[in-house]
Amino acid sequence: MSAVGSLEHAVGAPGGQLPDAAESRGRFRLALADIGGVTRRNLLRTIRTPRLLVFSSIQPVMFVLLFRYVFAGAIHAPNGSYVDYLMPGIFVQTALFGGASTAVGLAADLQGGIIDRFRSLPMARSAVLAGRTVADLLRNIFVLVLMVVVGMLVGFRFHGGLGHDLASLGIVLLFGYAFSWLFATIGLLVRDPETAQIAGFLPLFPLVFASSAFVPVETMPGWLQAFANVQPVSVTVNAVRALASGAPAEHWVWQSLVWIAGFLVVFAVLAVRQYRRV
Amino acid sequence: MTDAVIEARGVSKSFGTTRALEGVDLVVERGTVLGLLGPNGAGKTTLVRILTTLLAPDAGTARVAGHDVVREAPRVRAAIGLAGQFAAVDDLLTGRENLELVGLLYHLPKAERKRRAGEVLERLGLTDAGDRLARTYSGGMRRRLDLGASLVGRPSVLILDEPTTGLDPATRVDLWGFIEDLVASGMTLLLTTQYLEEADRLANRIVVIDHGRTIAEGTASELKDQLGGDLLEVTVADPAALDRAVELVAGLAHGSPTVDRVKRLVSAPATGKAAAVVAAASRFQAEGIDLEEISLRRPSLDDVFLALTGHGAEDVAAGSGERTASAGGAPARRARRAS
Ligand SMILES: Nc1ncnc2c1ncn2[C@@H]1O[C@H](COP(=O)(O)OP(=O)(O)OP(=O)(O)O)[C@@H](O)[C@H]1O
Ligand SMILES: [Mg+2]
Repeated sequence: MSAVGSLEHAVGAPGGQLPDAAESRGRFRLALADIGGVTRRNLLRTIRTPRLLVFSSIQPVMFVLLFRYVFAGAIHAPNGSYVDYLMPGIFVQTALFGGASTAVGLAADLQGGIIDRFRSLPMARSAVLAGRTVADLLRNIFVLVLMVVVGMLVGFRFHGGLGHDLASLGIVLLFGYAFSWLFATIGLLVRDPETAQIAGFLPLFPLVFASSAFVPVETMPGWLQAFANVQPVSVTVNAVRALASGAPAEHWVWQSLVWIAGFLVVFAVLAVRQYRRV
Repeated sequence: MTDAVIEARGVSKSFGTTRALEGVDLVVERGTVLGLLGPNGAGKTTLVRILTTLLAPDAGTARVAGHDVVREAPRVRAAIGLAGQFAAVDDLLTGRENLELVGLLYHLPKAERKRRAGEVLERLGLTDAGDRLARTYSGGMRRRLDLGASLVGRPSVLILDEPTTGLDPATRVDLWGFIEDLVASGMTLLLTTQYLEEADRLANRIVVIDHGRTIAEGTASELKDQLGGDLLEVTVADPAALDRAVELVAGLAHGSPTVDRVKRLVSAPATGKAAAVVAAASRFQAEGIDLEEISLRRPSLDDVFLALTGHGAEDVAAGSGERTASAGGAPARRARRAS
């Protein structure tokens, strides 16, 4: 069934809810309220495990320091400073790695039985997944702002003008959001938080490291370049980099948006289908 | 015409090669309590999940509150409250936040969900702990909060999967009182349990399932009658006299006796009420066998369960680490019944 069909709702519930002939606008409003409730619950959980938030922020900071001060000398950025080359890659990497917590969170909810409770309630069935991915998006905004600040501290600068600079961050967040549906699918498939953690990272390593995120693709062997040039992380990093540096970006932005739309559609459908099955 | 609030017909469900349910029928009338009994793995939770729309049956149909659990699942969900086998509360929310979230998902207005959360906390004796994270709750408090969450929507049908497993005896008795109040207020209830005493006390009707099939059904006393009358129990003072005691009891009773050599106890179904005790006592006296105790008692549900499934509820429970706690309570229960 489609994701839209999943917005089914209980009607005529004892608490005096909508009558039988509830129109879809009313249902949509209720679904939004459900998503809001689940999102708030997930954010409260994040805020109440501050250590998790701190450690998951330290990791990308270490990547920045590692590449900025250890590897920078060995890598020749195509034009200009390596830190300007590096940070867009770090932004995208951070958004993706943060998305892996979507898989862990959902698997933990499944295991803890809270999803059974949700599924026995007259709420929109899409709200558990939507509330999870939206909460993770909001957390990603926080971590991304932190990474921008860290980037600035080590010498990174935006050169695209306010509109393009913000658009570059917007693409990072959209890309992370699209990927969180992949992670949602993984979390629902493996159903166990530890496995979800590992299974979530597996697709990330080839995508992030065999990409233009940290090193120019031209330095890779030919067979790898073929992959690295077209895969979504490279395309998105190139788009972010072009926007943030003020270079012509349409070509990459366009390709990146196609990837984002494709991921959203495919994995939202798969995740919803898997959710109905658990 | 019956007023069935829960009605399952030929419900079957397999997981791979495991046949969890094989054609189970079940009816719960409005305002009554049905106790679903069965050893571990009998299929109780699977049936509960089907009735609460969490799982679709492979075959058969089920209706709850007048709606089909597959085709009209959203309507079923609006009418039921579920407390699953393992407390489904969010550890990182307070008790109150847990209840208010459930209220929000029932689409209650903000003021109303606050009011109901407060009310439920009060009824379950959690008011003082209401603003603490559920992570800090004891097992019994979590269980109560979980039950509370199933009440926030004021359901007309309540389905509880082992609601008192893991609770201490006093808390269990409290919860029973609470559940009885709910039923008195007109709720229809289906509850699964490992504690036969619980079914005896709470349930109007009992369905016993094993290996996914219904093996017995009726009121507690109907089930007890199936065992064929009362149980004559004789405890001999001298272990050496045990074999002779078995022969004597076999002659007096109308079923074959069972022997507990450690307790020096022989028991067998008997008819004739007090006269049977008198007759037995005089036979033993005539043989010169000293008795420590002789009694005639009505069979307990434990005896019924043992006879039906071939193992006692506690034997089964002891197999699972999760529930060994229940084994400790069992002997005390027996002793009380026997006296
Ligand atoms: N999701 C599942 N996948 C595979 N097998 C399952 C699944 N759920 C239940 N089963 C199997 O179905 C059978 C019935 O399980 P169920 O959980 O319904 O038993 P139960 O009566 O609730 O037992 P308990 O008293 O231990 O809770 C068991 O053999 C169990 O292993
Ligand atoms: Mg069970």
